[in-house]
Amino acid sequence: MITKRIIPCLDVRDGRVVKGKNFTGIQDVNGPVELAKYYNDTGADELVFYDITASVEQRSLFTEVLRRVASQIFIPLTVGGGINTVEDFAHVLSCGADKVSVNSGAIRNPELIAQAAQKYGNQCVVLSMDVKRVNGKFHIFAKGGREDTGMDAIDWAVRGEQNGAGELVVNSIDTDGVKQGFDLEMLEEISKHVRIPIIASGGAGKKEDFSELFRLKSVDAGLAASIFHYKELVIRDLKQYLKAQQIETRV
Amino acid sequence: MIAVIDYGVGNLFSLVSSLQYLGLTAKVTGKPDEICAADHIILPGVGAFADAMNKLRETNLDATVKEQAAIGKPLLGICLGMQILFEKGLEYGEHDGLGLLKGEVVPIADDLKEKLKIPHMGWNQLKIVRDCPLLKSSKDGDYVYYVHSFYAKNCAESIAAVSDYGIPITGVVANKNVMGTQFHPEKSGEAGLKILSAFAEL
Repeated sequence: MITKRIIPCLDVRDGRVVKGKNFTGIQDVNGPVELAKYYNDTGADELVFYDITASVEQRSLFTEVLRRVASQIFIPLTVGGGINTVEDFAHVLSCGADKVSVNSGAIRNPELIAQAAQKYGNQCVVLSMDVKRVNGKFHIFAKGGREDTGMDAIDWAVRGEQNGAGELVVNSIDTDGVKQGFDLEMLEEISKHVRIPIIASGGAGKKEDFSELFRLKSVDAGLAASIFHYKELVIRDLKQYLKAQQIETRV
Repeated sequence: MIAVIDYGVGNLFSLVSSLQYLGLTAKVTGKPDEICAADHIILPGVGAFADAMNKLRETNLDATVKEQAAIGKPLLGICLGMQILFEKGLEYGEHDGLGLLKGEVVPIADDLKEKLKIPHMGWNQLKIVRDCPLLKSSKDGDYVYYVHSFYAKNCAESIAAVSDYGIPITGVVANKNVMGTQFHPEKSGEAGLKILSAFAEL
């Protein structure tokens, strides 16, 4: 059977991996190629690279990093950050990405998902959503979690699937960086309404958080950054633990 | 030299990188003379069955692939590249494939008995059902990376390995020099590199 996936996320700025808490307070972590190799060797199932810079010069630095990683590491790579057009898809795919994650770009132009899915196939399009509770509802936030769009997260997820997204990354702003576990309530609610694979993000602090996450049958993967970057948890150990909990992983 | 056929579908960066990583010489090409000069041929592909076949036909590369397969050159189809080796595909209508392998390509969803997610996406284990040179370094239980919504069926003659997704999903096919993997060996870590390496040794 398909295994549950463990996915480290590398936020890249100025060619370096960085990590913030609740989307702010950014710290430098490591060189991306070294870190990617480390993850590949310790059992990561995929890698996600987010370009958190915006300027053109830094963008070319990012794609150089991507090329170097993609020519040495042979597991799926997803790239996100600043993807606004089908041409942006073409650019990162030509540098070695396998999947492309869209967030604000799809909010600004919902057609982007359909256009990219038509050109590259659904499997290539990952809809990443930053979600936060507002008055008891789940809202979609834009611009790295700074702006409430007022859109309902469930509607947005369903629309994304209909438009051809092949996967959803559900990132809970409420639990991001807090390390008190994934946002199970939010994930369960969203997963009831879509059939595409769901990657949970935001809140991993210990191995038990992953076993609790994967009790939700509808969640396919867990994504985390700092807990892996700072080696608080080694993916291989996490997978052994999950296996002992009868959760199937690629060990 | 391994010719990786370029017919305008899919992302060849990883495939070429993984071949180079193994120390092999790979050339991405859509030119018949270069494909004919190669020792091995890889037919990649992502997207839809009919699109891929149309593109191969438009460039006349379908004839080149068939001719090279007929003279016994090792040919490896990957993902959609494997699917179009078969006689026909039932993706958005019924379409003829290259017909190098017996069988057809059908929606996974139609055959699933339980409500599992489509696409079949992620890491799954190989179950080897027949020895074949492509799997000489592989073993039962090796994890490989799949992402697809259609699978090859009625292909008992060529099936060499399957993966379990409620139903057996055709993973590896081989009939003499014509071979294919539904999963992406170039994305399957060490297990995938072993398969590419075994292919290059043929």
